[in-house]
Amino acid sequence: MPDVLSAPLVVEFPFTRSLGPVQSAFLTGLRERSVLGVRTADGRVLVPPAEYDPVTAEEIRELVEVGTAGTVTAWAWNPQPRPCQPLDRAFAWVLVRLDGADTALLHALDAPGGAQSVRTGMRVRIRWALEREGAITDIACFEPDDDGPTTHEARPHSGEFADPVTGITAPARLDYTYFPGRAQSRYITALAGRKTIGERCPSCRKVYVPPRGACPTCGVATDEQVEVGPRGTVTTFCVVNIKAKNVDIEVPYVYVHIALDGADLALHGRIGGIPYDQVRMGMRVEPVWTEGGRHPDHYRPTGEPDADYDSYRELL
Amino acid sequence: MVKEPVAVVGIGQTKHVAARRDVSIAGLVREAAVRALDDAQLTWADIDAVVIGKAPDFFEGVMMPELYLADALGAVGKPMLRVHTAGSVGGSTALVACNLVAARVHRTVLTLAFEKQSESNAMWGLSLPIPFQQPLLAGAGGFFAPHVRAYMRRSGAPDTIGSLVAYKDRRNALKNPYAHLHEKDITLEKVQSSPMLWDPIRYSETCPSSDGACAMVLTDAVGARRAPRRPAWVLGGAMRSEPTMFAGKDYVSPRAGKECAADVFLQSGITDPRREIDAVEMYVPFSWYEPMWLENLGFAAEGEGWKLTESGVTEIGGDLPVNPSGGVLSTNPIGASGMIRFAEAAMQVRGQAGEHQVDGARRALGHAYGGGSQFFSMWVVGAERPTS
Repeated sequence: MPDVLSAPLVVEFPFTRSLGPVQSAFLTGLRERSVLGVRTADGRVLVPPAEYDPVTAEEIRELVEVGTAGTVTAWAWNPQPRPCQPLDRAFAWVLVRLDGADTALLHALDAPGGAQSVRTGMRVRIRWALEREGAITDIACFEPDDDGPTTHEARPHSGEFADPVTGITAPARLDYTYFPGRAQSRYITALAGRKTIGERCPSCRKVYVPPRGACPTCGVATDEQVEVGPRGTVTTFCVVNIKAKNVDIEVPYVYVHIALDGADLALHGRIGGIPYDQVRMGMRVEPVWTEGGRHPDHYRPTGEPDADYDSYRELL
Repeated sequence: MVKEPVAVVGIGQTKHVAARRDVSIAGLVREAAVRALDDAQLTWADIDAVVIGKAPDFFEGVMMPELYLADALGAVGKPMLRVHTAGSVGGSTALVACNLVAARVHRTVLTLAFEKQSESNAMWGLSLPIPFQQPLLAGAGGFFAPHVRAYMRRSGAPDTIGSLVAYKDRRNALKNPYAHLHEKDITLEKVQSSPMLWDPIRYSETCPSSDGACAMVLTDAVGARRAPRRPAWVLGGAMRSEPTMFAGKDYVSPRAGKECAADVFLQSGITDPRREIDAVEMYVPFSWYEPMWLENLGFAAEGEGWKLTESGVTEIGGDLPVNPSGGVLSTNPIGASGMIRFAEAAMQVRGQAGEHQVDGARRALGHAYGGGSQFFSMWVVGAERPTS
């Protein structure tokens, strides 16, 4: 379908996380090259630590320190690491039960010997990152450990450190390819010729602008194209006095709902060419285009008499 | 089919604030859940299922947070459900929990809703830069302000009504220890001279951004008999939805809201809500929505809602108190806001609301809405067990 548009859509944001007392001790511990877990009421040691007992739901606050070497309990080979993964060469994802712990931690194993050198039950130890800030990446990765098993037992730990880490930033990014679909592609393509094309519902006869390809009330496809506008009526509006993010317009400006002539619902836009305090409900307006703009830059008064309230009250 | 009567026997909230940097999301929900269990004098073992709600995952960026919250909420080995209906989610979450008890699927259900808005930026989560589309030209208030203007035009309400609502709700919040905003020096003049953000909406007529959680324990008739404190009985519960945009949509008084209210009152045996309801907790994120919802819910005829506000009817001492807790205008952890409305309604009929108690409240309405005025959820709770 060559007439359907598509474009990349990247969604990216640095989320913050408040850690709470247990995760704060765990991540601050990593910064100080200590691995902390928690001991449950029945004596099991959970690493990484949980705030609440997965069996009894009781709050757990008894911190312990475990060893920095351990045993691989399961693994999977990762032949082609992606960006931002712990290592930039092939490595194994491993679950490691650290000495003194009863549960396993997920991390990366640097295995220069390849997949053949990795096995369940192998001994591994932490390779610390040179620069540590209180994050799971303070463990750069695990590496094979030729020393034998230790008898390390979990030791009580206060969890207290100078300058504890209480929050982290977790960047998130999603890459999409966005397809607006056939109806909106037709609408967008027509806008390039400065025409506004809506679609009429074959059942209720309402004209939708912008069209979505279906009538949300009747649930049927809308395939009859109808040109609407270019003139329209301001149905309602507000005066914006604070700048919105990513909108480069001097305040104050007037944000309006406009029912284009022939359309059965209002779309939104901005009014220019008239002082902001003179914009009225019912005002007749027309689009103003700028070179290369995909949408009208704004709308301006046509000078016609205002529309009668009853002519647009159903569109509010 | 005869339904099981449903009782609210435990209610818990966190102290709502701008940022709870001392706790994880798990720690936040845990606080509300433990308070609800304590109120019901129950333990985790007494809970048969957990129903949780929050606003879209993008708000905190934790995908499906219910998975990681199972242990904090004692849900291990039990059914756990997530409900998702935008801003109305706190209400619809409570109704899903309620229906599980009414249908005798479970006897005792913990329901909870939360938001930790300080972990991210809700506006960002709501306004992705979709290719080819014209960017939204205003913030959240800019979306709602034109509808407020349409209401003013339609009803002929004086410009001052919005400020009266904000002044009332902020004073009510001073009586609610869990409310986020405690503006001890609030005056009507301060509200009326606060900056005009999206004319006709002023800064003081908008809701804050909060971190908080709210939890309730719902149980059957047997559970209610064992409860240590007076229960609130669910007399009716309803949800309705409609598209965000369609030809003929009435943003001022959406049809889905009218029909949802008519249904919940019918279920509750209420024919004259204005006289038969003693307290209302409705979702008012911008002050003007109080008169708008008074009409939409059937408490006033079309165009008349503002007169109830203006004459003091909606004050705590009036004969239809609205948002005695201080409402969303004083506390807005988005996902939890609807459940707080439902819980506050239940607190009123349990006589548990402390300083913001409405004297003799026997029947109260909890109301939530969300999306582009497209999802509605409501319940009516009463001090007396329903007869049918």
